[in-house]
Amino acid sequence: MTTTAERTALTPSEAAVAPPRRRRSGAFLGVLAWIVGILFVLPVVWMVLTSFHSENDAATNPPSVFAPLTLDGYANFFGASTGASPWPPLLNSMTASVLSTLLVLILAIPAAYALSIRPVRKWTDVLFFFLSTKMLPVVAGLLPVYLIAQGIGMLDNIWLLIVLYTSMNLPIAVWMMRSFLAEVPVEILEAAAVDGSSLTHTLRVIVMPIVLPGIAATSLICFIFSWNELLFARVLTATVAQTAPVFLTSFVTSQGLFLAKVCAAAVVVSLPVLIAGFAAQDKLVQGLSLGAIK
Amino acid sequence: MTTTQEKVTPQRTSQPALRRTGDWARRAPLLPALVFLIIVTQLPFVGTLVISFMNWNAYYPDERGFAGFDNFARVLTDVTTREAIVTTIVLTVSVVLISLVLGMLVALLLDRAFLGRGFVRTMMITPFLVVPVAAALVWKHALYNPEYGLFNGLLTGIFGAGAPQPDWVSTMPLSSVVAALVWQWTPFMMLIILAGLQSKPLDVIEAAQLDGCSNFQIFRHMTFPHLRQYLELGGLLGSIYIVQNFDAVFTITSGGLGTANLPYTIYQTFYNAQDYGRASAAGVVVVIGTILIATLALRTVSSLFREEGSR
Repeated sequence: MTTTAERTALTPSEAAVAPPRRRRSGAFLGVLAWIVGILFVLPVVWMVLTSFHSENDAATNPPSVFAPLTLDGYANFFGASTGASPWPPLLNSMTASVLSTLLVLILAIPAAYALSIRPVRKWTDVLFFFLSTKMLPVVAGLLPVYLIAQGIGMLDNIWLLIVLYTSMNLPIAVWMMRSFLAEVPVEILEAAAVDGSSLTHTLRVIVMPIVLPGIAATSLICFIFSWNELLFARVLTATVAQTAPVFLTSFVTSQGLFLAKVCAAAVVVSLPVLIAGFAAQDKLVQGLSLGAIK
Repeated sequence: MTTTQEKVTPQRTSQPALRRTGDWARRAPLLPALVFLIIVTQLPFVGTLVISFMNWNAYYPDERGFAGFDNFARVLTDVTTREAIVTTIVLTVSVVLISLVLGMLVALLLDRAFLGRGFVRTMMITPFLVVPVAAALVWKHALYNPEYGLFNGLLTGIFGAGAPQPDWVSTMPLSSVVAALVWQWTPFMMLIILAGLQSKPLDVIEAAQLDGCSNFQIFRHMTFPHLRQYLELGGLLGSIYIVQNFDAVFTITSGGLGTANLPYTIYQTFYNAQDYGRASAAGVVVVIGTILIATLALRTVSSLFREEGSR
């Protein structure tokens, strides 16, 4: 079907006939894309919708889509009824994610600079070393970390998570920042050096404006990964330093009566990541592929 | 790798005086990150390696001592661990392959211009942005639940009161975990493949169109070979993350009904059974497995990287 449409495009006179046919198949594929997109977003939409239903309306079969909306699920989640308050875990997650992201930037930007603008010898080897640490499964180092933390009294301490999240995100950040810094044209830097511009001045006036969007994207991705992390937090924290994902695990065995509350919890905990992710959409792929793809 | 290095050398030799003074100045910014990473990620693994050769169960502190290869022998002969290895492979391979194929199809759909493309792309990305534990909770309670979950609710809505109401998680536990993970990882694959599609050489494809190639021919001989390295990258990065998956298994089935993968099994051996030696040995086994995948992944990334360097 499409073959003939392409073939007719060969001669200019026939090309005039071809576009409508192509446009029709294009419209079909556009509708298909919409259907697929809606199917993929449906569980999230359902999660949000359920979180705004009363517990009775949430647990019906067939589903009550048009039931009246209420904030009861959120009120329950934030402690109007029984159960621990989610505020300390949310605050812990925010602290751990923000501080570890800052630490990552402090460590990663100079390293990325040394790997791109004025590269050290064997810089590709160093870069691959960074990546290889990311491939070490978390479970493989968890036990010694636990034992050491126990030995020095750092269990259930948010700073332990901050250090671990920093190490978890540092390789990604170095790779990402390297690819952003590599976009700075060396000629401009050399010209600035010839003109007598100091290093700090060059960094501030020339390098910063170019890499600032990159720094923002790197931060968002580090934030997302830290916020999402479960295994470290589950093993290394208890009550004081508990994070939001660990708090969510208290709903793993909860039964139907609290469906709206569970959905409200999922929405609240996911919200920061959703916002950060939508903001960083375009740079997300570069971060996720460790800067290998632009 | 070598090509990029050759590009750097001429610039260096042209300024020999600068080079000597610059060497340490060049290295200094790198050191904090490097030292930090070695201390926080490499040393614990050395610890795991040491403990894997020890007889160490926290419940029996007096029996601590050197165990040789006992832990490894136990790990590899133990039925639970062997099942966990198989589960890990099945889980990883099926999630990666299905999400890769789906991701490619969606990316092809999104590579064309149509009304609201940006919006559809945002909808597609959303599953990847839901916190993994939250996503797993929603799948378990709001979608899979046999009494009031959305899936059975839809079945009732479509087929009436007599519709089948399967208990998804207990009748098909592994598939339930796979489906939830495919839903979360398809957007990741889609994003990477879409980036690949948008970097394909348009002029060559236009030339092929003028020469009368069909859409399928163009896809088969031009788009697909160009996409291959992006598919490899997506597949291998996806494998590295999914081999390590803990959140979905922990949340949806709690490792029951034959869905315990290696990370979950190690977590249990260490956290519940307190058998440190055996958990460490299993951890070392996982690392060996990951190194195999990682070597492939590094090769793929480095081939992409070489292309960038030679540009």
